[in-house]
This record gives sequence, C-alpha cells and structure tokens, in this order.
Amino acid sequence: MNTMRLTESAVDTDIKITAKDVQVYYGDNHAIKDVSVEIQDKTVTAFIGPSGCGKSTFLRCINRMNDTIDVCRVQGDIKIDGEDIYDKRVDPVQLRAKVGMVFQKPNPFPKSIYDNVAYGPRIHGLAKNKADLDDIVERALRRGAIWNEVKDRLDAPGTGLSGGQQQRLCIARAVATEPEVLLMDEPCSALDPIATAQVEELIDELRKSYSVVIVTHSMQQAARVSQRTAFFHLGNLVEYGETGQIFTNPVDPRTENYITGRIG
Amino acid sequence: MWWPLNGTDNGTLRMSITAILFLAVLALCVLGYSLARNRALAGAGGDRRLLHSLPTYYGTNAAMFTAVPALGVMVIWLLAQPMMIETRVQGMIPASFIDEGSSIGLVMNDVRRVADGLDLAVKSGGLSADDARKLSANSDVRGMLADRGVALGSDVKPEVLAAAQTYRSAAATGRMWMVVVVMGLALIGFAIAVSLSKPDFRARNVVERGILALLMVAASLAILTTLGIVLSMLFESINFFRVHPASDFFFGGSWAPNFRGDSDLSILPLLWGTLYISLIALTVAVPIGLFAAIYLSEYAGPKLRAVAKPLLEILAGIPTIVYGLFALLTVGPALVRVFGRGDEGLLGVEWMSGATAVLTAGLVMGIMLIPFVSSLSDDIINAVPQAMRDGSLGLGATPSETIRQVVLPAALPGIVGAILLAASRAIGETMIVVLGAGAIAKFSANPLEAMTTITTRIVSQLTGDTDFSSPETLVAFALGLTLFVLTLGLNVFALIIVRKYREQYD
Ligand SMILES: Nc1ncnc2c1ncn2[C@@H]1O[C@H](COP(=O)(O)OP(=O)(O)OP(=O)(O)O)[C@@H](O)[C@H]1O
Ligand SMILES: [Mg+2]
Repeated sequence: MNTMRLTESAVDTDIKITAKDVQVYYGDNHAIKDVSVEIQDKTVTAFIGPSGCGKSTFLRCINRMNDTIDVCRVQGDIKIDGEDIYDKRVDPVQLRAKVGMVFQKPNPFPKSIYDNVAYGPRIHGLAKNKADLDDIVERALRRGAIWNEVKDRLDAPGTGLSGGQQQRLCIARAVATEPEVLLMDEPCSALDPIATAQVEELIDELRKSYSVVIVTHSMQQAARVSQRTAFFHLGNLVEYGETGQIFTNPVDPRTENYITGRIG
Repeated sequence: MWWPLNGTDNGTLRMSITAILFLAVLALCVLGYSLARNRALAGAGGDRRLLHSLPTYYGTNAAMFTAVPALGVMVIWLLAQPMMIETRVQGMIPASFIDEGSSIGLVMNDVRRVADGLDLAVKSGGLSADDARKLSANSDVRGMLADRGVALGSDVKPEVLAAAQTYRSAAATGRMWMVVVVMGLALIGFAIAVSLSKPDFRARNVVERGILALLMVAASLAILTTLGIVLSMLFESINFFRVHPASDFFFGGSWAPNFRGDSDLSILPLLWGTLYISLIALTVAVPIGLFAAIYLSEYAGPKLRAVAKPLLEILAGIPTIVYGLFALLTVGPALVRVFGRGDEGLLGVEWMSGATAVLTAGLVMGIMLIPFVSSLSDDIINAVPQAMRDGSLGLGATPSETIRQVVLPAALPGIVGAILLAASRAIGETMIVVLGAGAIAKFSANPLEAMTTITTRIVSQLTGDTDFSSPETLVAFALGLTLFVLTLGLNVFALIIVRKYREQYD
C-alpha cells in the first residue's frame, strides 16, 4: 500500500455523515467550536491536527461515545443518512452498533482472543450457529491482519498480546460487527511498519463498503489512505477538502504551516 | 504487678524512676543533637556546603545513637526483669507450702501484695527502709499493712514474708542496674556520635539506615504480635488437649459441658452453627451489596453517589452490639410473628418459638455485611479501566451487557476476594450471634431453630466462674485457635485472589 493515491477521487459522492455547527464543551472548556463537515460514503476521511485540537472529541461525537463522559456537552446536529443521531428517539446503543470505533489506546477485554472478536456478533445475534460464528471471527481476524499470529491460540487471553497485536485485535473486533461507519482513532500509533501497511490495506478494502474516518498524526498515512482530509486546529475545523488538494495546495496558512511542520 | 504503668503507689514510684531515666536520656539526646550539629559545622569552618550532609543530619544521628540503644535496652529490661524475679521468688516457696485448693499463683499474689505494702509503708514514712528490711513474721505485719490501706486475706506467714523481702531486694537491685546500664549506653552512644561528627562523616546515610531499621521494627512488631497471639493460644490449646481427647474435640458429635468432668466438647456442632449462620448472612449480603455497588459505580450520578456512598459506609460503622440488639428486639420478634405463634401468627404456623434463631442472626449479620461487601466491590469495579467499558459500549452493547460481560468478569477475582473477606468477618462475628442466635448446640437444618456458634461458646466458657485448668474453660482456647486458623485461611485465600486481580491492570 505504498502507492500514492492522491489523484484518485472518491468513487461515490453520497453524503453519509453531516455535521452542522457542532459545539462540544467539557465543563467550561470549549473543545469543539462551530464545526460543520460532510463526510462521504465509501470514502476514507482523515482528521489531522496538532495534539489536543479536538480530533478524538469530534470523532467520539459521531457515535455518541461522549455520552459516557459526565462533564461533556454536545450541541448542534449530526446526521447519519439524514437522521439526527442526537434525536431523543435514537438509541445510542443501536447507533454504536452501526458506527464502530477503534480507540486510541488498545483496549481488549480480559477474555480470550476468540471471545473478544465474537463479543459484538454475539450481542447483536449476527451468527446463526457456532460454525457461523467461527467464520465471522476468522474473517474479522484476517481483516485485522492478525489471523496468522493468533490462529493457534484463539483461547489465549487477548490481554496477553503485544500492544500492536492488541490494537489489531481491537480492529478485528470492530469490523466483526459489520458497522456502516468505522471510526479509527490513531489505529496505527502502536504498530510496526508491516502491521501499519496491513491495516492501511484493510482500510482501503473497508472503503468499498463503509465510510471510514481515521485520526492520524502521520501526514504520509493521511496522504496514503484517505481521499478527503480535515485539518483541526484549537477546536476549529480550519480546512476540509480533497486530500491531494490539502497536501499540495492548502488554502489556509495554518494548514500549510502544520503540514510542513512549522506548528504542531 | 511490676508493670511500669501500674496504678498502685508502688508502681508510681517505680515509674518515676523509669520516667526520670527516660527524661535524662532524652535530655542527653537534645544535647547530643546540638553538639553534633555544631561540631560538624565548626569542622567545616561554618560553611555548610563543605559538609557531606545537611547539619540536621549530624544532629539527628547523634540523637539516634544516644537514644535508640539506651531506650531499647530499657524497654527490654522493664519487660524481662519482673519475669525473672517472679521465677526466682517462686522457686523459694516450697511445694509443701501450697495448701490444698490453693495454687502457686495465689501464693504469689500474697507475696506481691506484701512486697507492695511494704514499699508503700516505706514511702509514706510509716516505716524506715531499714526496719522494713528487718521486719520479722512475728510482728503484726497484717495489722501494720492494713493501717496503710493494704488488706491481706490472712496473716502473713514467714515464708511469704521472706519471699516478699527477696522480691523487694531483687527489684531494688534490678532497678539500680537498669539505671547504670541505660545511662552508660546513652553516654557511650552520645560520645561516639559526637566524636564522629566531622564534615566528611556520611551522617545522611547513617540516618537513612536508622529510619530503615525503624520501619523494619514496626513491620516486624506487627508480625510478632500476631505470632505471639497464636503461640499463647497454641499453648493453652495444648493444655486443653492434655486433659481432653482431641478426637472428641474434632470428631465428636455433641457439645455438652458439665461440671462432673465428663463433658462432651466437640467443635462440630458449633462449627455447623457458625457456617450455617454465615451462609445465611452471605446469601443476604452478597447480592444486595454487589447490586448496590454496581448501581453506585455504574449508574448513579455523581450527586447521588456523593450522598449514598457515605451513607452506606455509616452502616459499616455501627457497633455490632447495636446490630445484636436489633436482632433481639426487632428482627427476632418480627420473624416469630411470621413463622410462629400458631393461629395468631401471620402464617398460622408454629415453626418458631423464640426470637433467637439461625435466621435472626443470619439476617442481621447479612445486613451488617452489606456495606462491607458493597464498598469493597465498588472500589474493585471502579478499578476496571474506563477503556474497557468504552470498548464494549463502542461495539453497541448496552450498559447492563457491558457490566455483565466485561466489567464483572474483569472484576470477578476482586469481588470473590471481597466475599471471602466478608465470610471471614461473618465467621468471627460475636455480638450478633450472642444476642440473636441462641445457645443450643446441635446439628439441624432448620433455620428457625436456635443454634450456637464458636464465638458465643468462647464467650460463655470464659465468663462467670472460671478455673483455668478445667477442660471446660481451656476448650475456649482450642475453639479460638480453630476459629483463627479458619479466618486466617480465608483471609489469605482472599488476599491471594485480590492480588492476582491487581496484577492484571497495574
Ligand atoms: N474526558 C475529558 N474531560 C475533559 N476534557 C477533555 C476530555 N477529553 C478531552 N478533553 C479536552 O478536550 C480537548 C481536545 O481533546 P482531544 O482528546 O479531542 O484531542 P486530540 O486532538 O484527540 O489530541 P491527541 O492528538 O493528543 O489525541 C483537550 O483540550 C482536552 O483537554
Ligand atoms: Mg486523540
């Protein structure tokens, strides 16, 4: 996956996620300011920006994971397939089944590798029988680029894997539930170049069916895997557009400074 | 007794010598501190940067050298001297002297009283020290002492008087030697430390080692006292097994102490009562405590938690005797109203006659354990990383699925540990069962009957007229030791499990 795909434009330009005037507060801390963005279906969208600028926070708004933080308040509207996900009638639990997430820090459950991956399918009743579940688990582990390493020890605890293996296990766990949108918060920060390449390959493959949003600190990675890029700075969405255009011809001076390494 | 903090005048006298000695050592300490500090500073020409350590370290070092060996020896001396004198004086009393029905302990009591009385008489000026030493048994020692407020049960026999005199002189000699040795040690330590206080002396490191030793002493004291308790119980238990067959204690079927000397003293019926009541208590406490903990840690808002948690913990602070009263006066009669009283009762049955029953004690003990279980489980559940919950919620699991399938399994070893700790508390609990369970030792599966436990039997065997050589009394120690081993085993097991759990996340 080393070929640059800067020129390749989105295959399909359906809008999957629309965010409008989103504000997020942690108590008095205004972490996301007036962010409006349209994320396309069957596209990889990269969020980049300096540490603490609100990338994770905005990502967590999309599957309402911020609900679990007591001090966090979200305003504005976010629609997926035209449906307001912050509407009272929307069940955040069902939403999260549809919008999967891979967290910044690997967080496997203290269960076996198999049970980690089977967790989502079991909860949502995706498997008809044991053989079916075995299939789902194997496919997910293959897509997470970790099957070869764990196929002989599916009963071993997931917490006993190395940090990079744990992260790929978490990716496998997330894809096992077949989400429509996959949110990935720095999925490769703990991975070696080979595993990174495998995960990027996976992201590229997921793009055929899903919409993928990835937060990354690596400009090269954003350039390699994404079709569109959003640059955040101090809680603002500074610039959003075609990845090629952002990296070769940024409009805002802050974007240019960040990409060329002058702020960060 | 020869205890330094004893309330008798004699004790006060001795304490004052001890206290003066103690103050003298402390004064030397303070002197050593400033002397060593200044000497070190002077050695460096007043420039503290030339010192290896800060000046206070030289001072502390000198204080340490002066006080620690001297005071340590003093403490040991104070503990050991009475024991040694006792044995010596005891050896003086001929075996023939001890009457039928009396014991060496009673004679020694007399000896001590006479010795104390003489000391008192000397101190109040009624008797010169010389006269006291020469006192003969022919004079009316009893009447003389009675004037000084020391009442004796019978006339003082010559053997007792002689023993008392030996007692006094040995004590006086011991005291003198103690002063000499302790002051000597303090002065030696003082001299060494002050002369060592030169700029290149590593006072800081020495003080560091001193602190290390202090901490180690504290830690080993905790362990040694436990060991001491176990050993004393062990000796008494061995005495018990000398006079009573161990096979009856461990494998007999009944508990029926009497005064004819052919008691059945088996632990099994008591153990059954103990375990049965504990089981009921845990059946009440574990689900309620655990659910309360889950609610508080996973669902309750911060405001509710801030109120509810301390409230639950107040329950844990109620003295168990209050729970016992609650069992006796409220829960027991309520249960009788439901299960007893024949046609007047709520169920119209006659299953329960008295308020004391296994169920009464078990229920109340369960209530007592709820806050214990819930606050331990709450801590353990809170220790499960938030990332674990996020992972599960992020996959579209509901909060209760998350708790059942991720949080609780992750916290399970810790929760099991908490339950085992609760169990060991239930087994060792005394007041609730004394008041709520009754006093009948038997094997029965009916929770509405009165039964008794190991702890209540220990209490009843040791209250009232006790003779510490009869098996009926000594059995209390064997019971206590068994109980100790039981709860210790449970605690160790619980701690191992809890520790194993900790390793997963730290
Ligand atoms: N749980 C929280 N409670 C309070 N404030 C928070 C919390 N999470 C994030 N913040 C604040 O929100 C702001 C944005 O944080 P966020 O985690 O979204 O940054 P980020 O862009 O993901 O940074 P990084 O690249 O380091 O992961 C920061 O100022 C942070 O202090
Ligand atoms: Mg982040």
